[in-house]
Amino acid sequence: MTLKTLLTGAVLALGLTSTIALAQDDKTKVGFIYVGPIGDGGWTYEHDKGRLAIEEHFGDKVETIYRESVSEGADASRAITQMALSGADLIFTTSFGFMDATVSVAEKFPDVKFEHATGYKTAPNLATYSARFYEGRAIQGHIAGKMTKSNIVGYIASYPIPEVIRGINAAFIHARKVNPDVQFKIIWAYTWFDPAKEADAATALIEQGADVILQHTDSTAPQAAAEKAGGVVTFGQASDMAEYKPFPRVSSIIDNWAPYYIARTQAVIDGTWETQQVWHGIKEGMVEIGEITDAVPADVREEALAMKAAIASGEYHPFTGPLKKQDGSDWLAEGETADDGTLLGMDFYVEGLEGDIPQ
Amino acid sequence: MRLRLEKRPQPARHWIYLSPVLAVLVTMLAGGALFAALGKNPVAAISTIFWEPLFGEFAFYYRPQLLVKGAPLVLIAIGLALGFRAGIWNIGAEGQYIVGALTGAGVALAFYPLDAWFLFGLMILAGALGGLAWGMIPALLKLRFGTNEILVSLMLVYVAEQLLAAMALGPMRNPEGMGFPGSRNLQNYPAAHNAELIAGSGMHWGVVAALIAVIFAHILLGRHILGYQIRLTGQAPRAARFAGVNPARLILFCLGTSGALAGMAGLFEVSGPAGQVSIDFNVGYGFTAIIVAFLGRLHPLGILAAGLLMALTYIGGEIAQSELGLPAAAIQVFQGMLLFFLLAVDVLTNYRLRLLSRAPDPSRSL
Repeated sequence: MTLKTLLTGAVLALGLTSTIALAQDDKTKVGFIYVGPIGDGGWTYEHDKGRLAIEEHFGDKVETIYRESVSEGADASRAITQMALSGADLIFTTSFGFMDATVSVAEKFPDVKFEHATGYKTAPNLATYSARFYEGRAIQGHIAGKMTKSNIVGYIASYPIPEVIRGINAAFIHARKVNPDVQFKIIWAYTWFDPAKEADAATALIEQGADVILQHTDSTAPQAAAEKAGGVVTFGQASDMAEYKPFPRVSSIIDNWAPYYIARTQAVIDGTWETQQVWHGIKEGMVEIGEITDAVPADVREEALAMKAAIASGEYHPFTGPLKKQDGSDWLAEGETADDGTLLGMDFYVEGLEGDIPQ
Repeated sequence: MRLRLEKRPQPARHWIYLSPVLAVLVTMLAGGALFAALGKNPVAAISTIFWEPLFGEFAFYYRPQLLVKGAPLVLIAIGLALGFRAGIWNIGAEGQYIVGALTGAGVALAFYPLDAWFLFGLMILAGALGGLAWGMIPALLKLRFGTNEILVSLMLVYVAEQLLAAMALGPMRNPEGMGFPGSRNLQNYPAAHNAELIAGSGMHWGVVAALIAVIFAHILLGRHILGYQIRLTGQAPRAARFAGVNPARLILFCLGTSGALAGMAGLFEVSGPAGQVSIDFNVGYGFTAIIVAFLGRLHPLGILAAGLLMALTYIGGEIAQSELGLPAAAIQVFQGMLLFFLLAVDVLTNYRLRLLSRAPDPSRSL
């Protein structure tokens, strides 16, 4: 530090500050705040792949830094502040729980650009981005409905927030469509990443007769539990989870953040960055469907791929009426599709799902 | 050849104070080796952890953060130490911390948006009472049914976590939060906000409370008959009974006080640095405080120093993570080493190692 101060002093004396400042600005610094460890094999792992993609794409022009396993609240504020202080030009905070912390730090550093994943609060220097995971859920629901023999599909849910409820509804609608007898059993794990809890939840669901497990948590523990139980179908979540191919993992939803991260970094370099609220899906490539393995019958695979193509082209919306809410009231009329506002604040189950959303 | 631990007749007195220092030094060495094994420069890593937050380029930001991070640790550890000294083991401060935050924030949310001077005082009271009530459960069960307070208080942490989730999703959910979990942010509610007393200093009411608790505990243990009873019960339970110490009263006092202090710590956190009741509000202060209590020799002034040292490893560890790319787990291992080596040094303070070349001499086993 003293050396640095001395150097800065010397530079000041020589009147070379502007050159130095430029030299520092040449290298754009991009920071990432992660909720889990980068080795979670799911959510955080994919965000970190996005970070590495930035490094590969920009090479020496960009420097990236990250902090993993950051708790919400005061710790998150400090982590974000610290990155801003250390000269980050662009900071991605990659969990819903970082929202308020990101908002308050963004206020204090108007010159730094912030991007918060899956939240809803924006500012002139704070954008939000999220993916339409429910599009992938619809495809999973279709496969699940076809694959289940016990007609019981287990669902490991994380937190009862709209994003998760959307996923449950999308999967259920499409499972019911192809299998009127299918039932969903849902366990709320109250965590994004806790291998022990997730394994327990998977085992409990399997014991209750589920032979297909969907998960909205980030570890591969449910895959391992299903493999151990045998004969249980799973899907990769957030990441491909390819090590469980071709069975139990028969397909997956992959979050591909790399193109978005590269584009936003480029925008900061070009000085064209502006705040926005982005919600990309299969069409833009933010949501990818991992290989559907041979464990899935050929006709089911064809149907799933056809649905993917239809969603990508905009021809089909996973929430298309007629649909009723769980209490039997009308939601969408024949042919009507859900608007983004309703989807973003979704706090109800669709007709046919059992149980209550935890209140 | 065998190793045997032999109790020292009289442990050297200065070692009681030197052992934490030695433990910190050994942790630096072992931690440095760990960081080197991860391919990082050990000297840079250790100096980042211990130097940067205090004297680095951005110390103006980190120094106040030491108070923010250290205050709840000290406040909780002071309460725990009272019990630990008397052999009453409250392991569930995390739960009492959560419940105190819930009751305190509950008062604030119930009065929203009333702007009254008495609100914050009422919240502190509610937080203390909430923590106290949660601490009373293991106390009363122990007195009535002879249950083990270690198990009961620990298990109540998980109950409290479920309660927290239920509150964040249900009764305390922000009605303007678009259905997302989490309460209103108390930072935006001036009458309930535990703001910094001097902007940028990190000094909030929780820091003040922690300092007051240190002073009170110091006086209590050194000057007051209750403090004498606590120490006596821990050192010689039988003698304490002969001396007329009422064990039931002591259990109620120790678990109640540590619960109340943990509850207050929760309230100061939820109304200040954290801001809102959220599902993941608790981040382990209640458990880390156990390390702090022991690192501080269960002595109030020692705890103050230990709390700040622990805060330093947190803040410095965070800087090392993003500046040097150290994994979060490595920092946790580093912090764990601190307790490990402290206990190891303690063993060697009280016992000596003896190398025995043969089977033990039968005459000695008598």
